[in-house]
Amino acid sequence: MKPNTPAERLFNGLIKENPTFVMMLGMCPTLAVTTSAMNGLGMGLTTMVVLTMSNMIISLLRKVIPDGVRMPAFIVVVASFVTIVQFLLEGFIPALYASLGIYIPLIVVNCIILGRAEAYASKNKVIPSIFDGIGMGLGFTLGLTSIGIFREILGAGQIFGFQIMPSSYESITIFILAPGAFFVLAMLVALQNKLKMKKDPKAETGCGSGCASCTNSACGGKLLNSDK
Amino acid sequence: MKELLIIAIGSAIVNNVVLSQFLGLCPFLGVSKKIETAAGMGGAVIFVLTLSSFVTSLVYSFILVPTDLVYLQTIVFILVIAALVQLVEMVLKKMMPALYKSLGVYLPLITTNCAVLGIAIINVQKEYNVLEGTVNGFATAVGFTISIILMAGLREKIEYNDIPKPFQGMPIVLLTAGLMSIAFFGFSGLI
Repeated sequence: MKPNTPAERLFNGLIKENPTFVMMLGMCPTLAVTTSAMNGLGMGLTTMVVLTMSNMIISLLRKVIPDGVRMPAFIVVVASFVTIVQFLLEGFIPALYASLGIYIPLIVVNCIILGRAEAYASKNKVIPSIFDGIGMGLGFTLGLTSIGIFREILGAGQIFGFQIMPSSYESITIFILAPGAFFVLAMLVALQNKLKMKKDPKAETGCGSGCASCTNSACGGKLLNSDK
Repeated sequence: MKELLIIAIGSAIVNNVVLSQFLGLCPFLGVSKKIETAAGMGGAVIFVLTLSSFVTSLVYSFILVPTDLVYLQTIVFILVIAALVQLVEMVLKKMMPALYKSLGVYLPLITTNCAVLGIAIINVQKEYNVLEGTVNGFATAVGFTISIILMAGLREKIEYNDIPKPFQGMPIVLLTAGLMSIAFFGFSGLI
């Protein structure tokens, strides 16, 4: 596929650089809100909206923002959209707003958003940047929703609130509590390592670079890169 | 005084910031390989989180509320925190080089810590005043330090175990964190 076309960007975000399963970015919300499929979907879509809008604005402003103050500028753009989305959710979907709680304002510090602003939107044209945002957002939504479905089936025997397991199924409540999040993520990473090893037996296991530790400088939210 | 104590125990142990609220996972997973570095990180987090919750509480009650700008809290908080961490870094470098040497490497890592913004927002949501907010920030950071040091101690032992290859590295750490999280449920009867 040709790079930077809308289709390529969508594919890249959904599969190739999937933020949850491949890049392991934004782990705080991933673990915290995936207690049910609905919450995962809501959080994913909320993040997608913020990511798309901020990518668009940052791409439009990429020639205006001086390099030295780009981090504060990005942060202000992202935080503004987060605030807008927060009020929209509070007004129109209060149930989702209540269940996502403080993780909505915390979208500001989600590594995915500042990471994409720094790595893609500040260097590329508007249309590809918008589709990059949509692709990455959909990838994140896919990750959160599937983890949510998994936890909801095991922990409550339901999907999106509908009972799907027979009533004799004894639900494993631990999976919708905090420890379940760690267990599910551990299994996911182990699976990913297993697949990597199959492809290349010498591949390094255990997330050598960046995984789950936000080494991305853009995530720092550091205002000025003074120490260089 | 009693309320402050309840807030402190609640956020340090019962609702542990990492193990039950998933804030500050990045440093928790990233810097918990050795007890010494974990303790250094914990110290830096205590320092920054106490200071930042004090400053954000001040900004909220004395600037945002009187001027009716509460809706700007997310933007203001994140900028205040980012600026504060950088200021702390510069001041420490200049005034207290010894302290900077022991905490310095961890300071840039702290800004990636979503706990800092999270606590500022929790303080607002729970309508804590400046004192309660500061205590909450300090206690949360102590809770973070407890859990990261415990985790580092466990990880030093895990090194010597025979772990299946796909589980080496992050997965076994996450499993351990899950078990720790179950253990911390035991404290929920405290308050």
